[in-house]
Amino acid sequence: MYAYIIRRLLTLIPVLLGLTLIVFLMIRAIPGNPAHIILGQAATEESIEALNKKLGLDQPWYVQYFKYLGGLLTGDLGDSIRTDSPISEQIWPYLAGTIELALVAMLIAVFIGVNAGIISAWFQNSWFDYALMLLALIGVSMPIFWLGLLEQWIFAVNLDWFPTGGRDNVRNPVEPITHLYIIDTIIQGDTEKLVEVIRHLVLPAVALATIPMAIIARITRSSMLEVMRTDYIRTAKAKGMKMFWVVYKHSLKNASIPILTVIGLQLGLLLGGAILTETIFSWPGIGRYIYDAINYRDYPVVQSSILIIALFFVLINLIVDILYAIIDPRIKYR
Amino acid sequence: MTIKPLLQVKNLKTSFFTDDGEVPAVEDISFNVYPGEIVGIVGESGSGKSVTSLSIMGLLPNPPGKVTGGEIYLNGKNILQFNEKQMRRVRGNELAMIFQEPMTSLNPLFTIGNQLMEAVLIHNKWPKKKAYDRAVEMLRLVGLPRHEELMNAYPHELSGGMRQRVMIAMALICNPKVLIADEPTTALDVTIQAQILQLIKEINEKLKTAVLLITHDLGVVAEVCERVIVMYAGKIVEEGDVHTIFQNPQHPYTKGLLQSIPDIRKKEKRLYSIPGTVPKPGSVKKGCRFYSRCNVRMPRCLHDQPPYYTTEENHKVRCWLVEKEGEEREQSTITTSQ
Repeated sequence: MYAYIIRRLLTLIPVLLGLTLIVFLMIRAIPGNPAHIILGQAATEESIEALNKKLGLDQPWYVQYFKYLGGLLTGDLGDSIRTDSPISEQIWPYLAGTIELALVAMLIAVFIGVNAGIISAWFQNSWFDYALMLLALIGVSMPIFWLGLLEQWIFAVNLDWFPTGGRDNVRNPVEPITHLYIIDTIIQGDTEKLVEVIRHLVLPAVALATIPMAIIARITRSSMLEVMRTDYIRTAKAKGMKMFWVVYKHSLKNASIPILTVIGLQLGLLLGGAILTETIFSWPGIGRYIYDAINYRDYPVVQSSILIIALFFVLINLIVDILYAIIDPRIKYR
Repeated sequence: MTIKPLLQVKNLKTSFFTDDGEVPAVEDISFNVYPGEIVGIVGESGSGKSVTSLSIMGLLPNPPGKVTGGEIYLNGKNILQFNEKQMRRVRGNELAMIFQEPMTSLNPLFTIGNQLMEAVLIHNKWPKKKAYDRAVEMLRLVGLPRHEELMNAYPHELSGGMRQRVMIAMALICNPKVLIADEPTTALDVTIQAQILQLIKEINEKLKTAVLLITHDLGVVAEVCERVIVMYAGKIVEEGDVHTIFQNPQHPYTKGLLQSIPDIRKKEKRLYSIPGTVPKPGSVKKGCRFYSRCNVRMPRCLHDQPPYYTTEENHKVRCWLVEKEGEEREQSTITTSQ
């Protein structure tokens, strides 16, 4: 098992290496360069050239690439062109914002999605099953920006239950420790701020949770239906077991591998793909950090942020693979 | 005989509700199981053996299956009138069942110990230690070695024969009065089959558990059963004790089944087989269900359903030929056949 994990971690090296190259080239393929944007339209050729030289962008691309790689090997993510400060110092607050949002969204999606799928399978072909699956279909087809705007209009503007955006109350901000605000406010024992943080989280988390929730509900239903037809479920019923335990103990564990796979993939997607939600709810997360960096042609920020998101994605999938073996004793990694 | 039957099935009718309407799978099923005996139910695939056993257990896949008539008495109580909660208390406790497929009948993700202890803890509020000891005791009873190790093993680490022994241990862990064994040896190879049958017989003698053994193998019946019920296309066609059925079969179907057993002492060119196949459920509307395959059929068999005659003590046959030979009709069955 440990040998397997180490081998899997080693295979990450070529994957991430390839990724850095692709991102490096793609960001440079976008027309325009940082000097143009920083100096504005009225800039002279000479001043642009001078700035390019200062930023090291006058060198051939492969020289730039190997310099960047060399930096990565020593743990240096590079400096932001826009702010002129090290990326490793400024990226964490944004990353923490997205991690907090994505985890809360995933928690909502898993809790509701899995239970909805189970109940649908349990009462297959009932009106409840049909209604839930219709909702799930609407959920997967709903554009996230539309849902976000709808939420803001109903719950923030009209009902005024939740704020329209941001992570905390600007007039009474959270003093960050870990930058995961829920944890920070709990450490500080500040219930008032904790409530504020949660109120800010609700709308974006629900918007972000919708699609994964619907996908999880559908996969749970089909996986459960398959398991509930098996002989060992009949055995469990023949023992005189309550249907609740037949479903939640014997069936769910067997149905969980496809569910887990989807959860892993969706969580990876949420971490990198929350840009729309973050933009609508002015959430200071990694998605918006990258979006702004692309607009400023802040090459190092784009490269390093995408690298970190990719790292999360592959690590989550590794964890999912390890969980398979924990759930199912027949799965052995050598 | 004044012994009360432990399990009494009366005029059981089970149907499946499909797009084409109600299709009766079994009809007029009546038989008794007395304390401590082993009763065999034999018949080809599709004769309704498994439907009968699942109806008794209340485990029919519903929809589409449903018991539509009759009564099933366990210890004098009609369990068909039980609600789900009452039925749960019966299942696995007084009435236990083992299945055809030992390879897939155990949950692959839980240890043997977990599944055994669970079976006992559902029906008894015992401390875990007591349940554990009971599970180990059961493993010993069914002849499995290395109990402690087995308790922590997963089903895939066991062979088919071992898994069927675990299933038997699990079924017997609450000391049920009746054990329904639905083709317990079909999926196993021959030497293991013999061992499992031996085990069922031993348990029957040791614990006095009545066994309803469902099989398509008359050899199995001859080996372990005291009485046998022969089913064909959803009806019982003959019933009697094993000696009578084997020595003096009355129904042409039973005769056919017995003839199809290969005999090592006889030199035959070709093994006998009953021509044709079991008719689809619900396809025979009137007359004898065996008509299309019977080698001694008469014109009347096409139109009139034969009643269930008692030819001698403990021997019942559903065939017109018996009447021709001047046997007495059983009063109650005349009404049901009309």
